[in-house]
Amino acid sequence: MMFAAATLAILAALALVVSRAILGPTVFDRALAGNSVGTLAILLLAVVGFLTGRPEWLDIAITYGLLNLIGTLAVLKYFRYGDLAYDDEDGA
Amino acid sequence: MIELIEGVLLTMLAAVTIAIVRQHNLFGVVILAGVYSFLMASVLIVLDAVDVAMTEASVGAGISTVILLATLYLTGSREDPPAHTPALPLFVATVTGAALIWGTFQLPGFGVAHSPIHDHVAPAYLEASTKHEMPPNVVTAVLADFRGYDTLGETTVIFTAGIGVMLLLRGRRKRQHGSAKEASDT
Repeated sequence: MMFAAATLAILAALALVVSRAILGPTVFDRALAGNSVGTLAILLLAVVGFLTGRPEWLDIAITYGLLNLIGTLAVLKYFRYGDLAYDDEDGA
Repeated sequence: MIELIEGVLLTMLAAVTIAIVRQHNLFGVVILAGVYSFLMASVLIVLDAVDVAMTEASVGAGISTVILLATLYLTGSREDPPAHTPALPLFVATVTGAALIWGTFQLPGFGVAHSPIHDHVAPAYLEASTKHEMPPNVVTAVLADFRGYDTLGETTVIFTAGIGVMLLLRGRRKRQHGSAKEASDT
């Protein structure tokens, strides 16, 4: 019951964040919303694991966390330098 | 409960897809594609396909975002106005989609235990993996034991492709550096 309520709450949050990603006037809204969708996907994965009686899915949630970080880092680096291959030590 | 989660996630998937089509800023498209991948991975998790979901998340949300952003650096982030009307592509996409949906009517229902795919080799795998004390996860046993040489071949191909791409990119970067040096010397 508790996990079902948590799932519903996560789904509601996901709907809000996705609507921000779709409507979001600036690209920053979208980048932040994209990151939040990743976080909520991790939470959903963990809660659905408990909901269906298989909490070992938590390990996979850790991998999702890493992926989310890489994606957001790539987006922000593109913003800062306009180029993913930019290397500060090149002295460019 | 599971049906409800699936319904909400699939609705959001459809909304994101429409938003991707309507979005003209390509940077926004890349981010929305990442959102799509995470939602798709969640759908696959709810459908009990955790391994597929992990692939979708790592390839769709992780690597694809990075590669598409690197492409944006070369192409610019504004979409050009279309060169022709979308009538023909829309027609082809609609017909293909309708054919695929028509094809699903012939499939066995979701989760039916005696559909052909479960009656063919799966019982043999299940039996043999317990008999030969293979890994307890049968998917792992199939990939790493029953089809071990197949997996080894796949890994070799991907490894070789990776080395090839790295060599190509490295060579190009060095040449660029060299030419920049020559230009500054003269």
